[in-house]
Amino acid sequence: MKIVVCIKQVPDTTEVKLDPKTNTLIRDGVPSIINPDDKAGIEAALEIKERLNDGSTVTIVSMGPPQADVALREALAMGADEAYLLSDRAFGGSDTFATSTIIAAGLKKIGYDLVITGRQAIDGDTAQVGPQIAEHLGIPQVSYAEEILSIDDKQVVVKRQFEDRYHILELPVPCLITALSELAEPRYMSVHGIYDAYREKEVKVLGFEDLKDMFDPANIGLKGSPTNVYKSFTKQAKGAGTKYDDVSADEAVKIIVDKLEERHII
Amino acid sequence: MSKDVFVLMEQRDGELAKVGIELIGEATKLAADLGQKVVAVLLGSDIKNKAEVCIQFGADKVVVVDDPMLKEYLTEPYADAVTAVIKKYDPEVFLFGASSIGRDLAPRVSARIHTGLTADCTGLDIDPETKLLRMTRPAFGGNIMATILCKNHRPQMATVRPGVMQALAKDTSRKGEVEDLKVEFKTPVVKIKEVIKEDKKTVDITEAKYLVSGGRGIGSPEFFGELQKLADVLGGEISSSRANVDAGWIDKDRQVGQTGKTVRPDLYMACGISGAIQHVAGMEGSEYIIAINKNDTAPIFDIADLGIVGDVKVIIPKLTEAVAKVKAAKNAQ
Repeated sequence: MKIVVCIKQVPDTTEVKLDPKTNTLIRDGVPSIINPDDKAGIEAALEIKERLNDGSTVTIVSMGPPQADVALREALAMGADEAYLLSDRAFGGSDTFATSTIIAAGLKKIGYDLVITGRQAIDGDTAQVGPQIAEHLGIPQVSYAEEILSIDDKQVVVKRQFEDRYHILELPVPCLITALSELAEPRYMSVHGIYDAYREKEVKVLGFEDLKDMFDPANIGLKGSPTNVYKSFTKQAKGAGTKYDDVSADEAVKIIVDKLEERHII
Repeated sequence: MSKDVFVLMEQRDGELAKVGIELIGEATKLAADLGQKVVAVLLGSDIKNKAEVCIQFGADKVVVVDDPMLKEYLTEPYADAVTAVIKKYDPEVFLFGASSIGRDLAPRVSARIHTGLTADCTGLDIDPETKLLRMTRPAFGGNIMATILCKNHRPQMATVRPGVMQALAKDTSRKGEVEDLKVEFKTPVVKIKEVIKEDKKTVDITEAKYLVSGGRGIGSPEFFGELQKLADVLGGEISSSRANVDAGWIDKDRQVGQTGKTVRPDLYMACGISGAIQHVAGMEGSEYIIAINKNDTAPIFDIADLGIVGDVKVIIPKLTEAVAKVKAAKNAQ
């Protein structure tokens, strides 16, 4: 079985801070990481490969600028067999529709049986690209996958999470699964793996020319994106109210109780 | 010519989810600005009896696809049904809840229809000149807001998280039309082998009027017991920042923030919560915010209506006692 995992390199948003003076983002020095849900997807794919032990392979695909090479090497160092970077100036400015169009084209070119994506990326939080890829490829999808219960080359059984329930779903292969971070705890890269990732394995780059027969060029990049950003801004902080710096616990309790009464909460 | 603001009414076991009702409330404003109507889309099995409720909460019209195939959520039949609705009615705007259903269904449909979709919007309005839907959403972990347009494709599609928009008051005298739509379903290739409902009592913190929320500063999982006592005397629920959920101190369904739930209670008590942007994104819409934190530079104080620099471990038990006393005195009157 050919398992393909789609990953995104993202800024570690938990490290992003606001400049208190200018109220703008401090992006400098923010590390880039493999998106956490995607990393769980890589681990799940590696575990399936090991479980099946039948010559199945794990391929990693990412769309992004040349710097995304680092993320792909990390996935190779975890044990993935091959990696593709879909990268071209023509892909820039793509929204989720255009991005999924390009990734679906890459998948058609590379071939796939099981496609795994993370549920959502921490920088955009849209959770849209996975299901959109599945639609472009015309294959069934299951999102919010928490556990892969069984798998063979014909079908996959997945535990799918909802707010108030789970579904145990049976999907035919080929299909697409979007992974929750609960799906698998990612392993660390091994020293041997890191060596292989940089010396023995390569990251193949596919650009516009390689994929142009697989998509309609009118549907990619900034021009092919149905949505566009009209404006972006830093959120206005809600004004601070009254703050008491130096009160005893009993005074604090009195202040709070008075407020709760004043607001008819108690 | 596309027209009207459509809302997907999410339901589980025939009960309407609150998010759909909230979206109808928001849709009435958008529809008024467009000079168009609000259409609720009701998908399910034996669901038609809920159409009146949609009208009472503000829908002008309800399109019902009532079919046994739609009993439990499955991507394929639901996507087929929504596609059929879009093909027949050509909506101007289509809103979905940003739930585990909406976030599976809406992208699948948007790719099929070839239109834009904006996820997790926190603000929607109509540009007075172009009449385009302006969809505003947080990105980058809530650090920046972006306003998105979908100029040339219809419908303009958006998902909105539960708790973000406000429902209208129910008006039982409202009248509207109800239309049935018959959809030819294919047999889905994905099969539901089993449905496991969570037997634990699921709390919906987005429904709570008062939330007592614990952050890293509470120090131990046991202290949630103290927060629970305060929540009990107030008649509220407890919630949490992400750190305590990740540490396994409390269930994920009580997590407030970017990767948890968006809440807007009448009172949000942030106890030992520093106020990272990701957390604030999920609670800043609260009516009144009280923050208690030892660290006087904690960012939570920047958004709190009332801030107390102090130790939650000392203050909370005393507060619980004081609140109980006031309530008892009032009840005795």
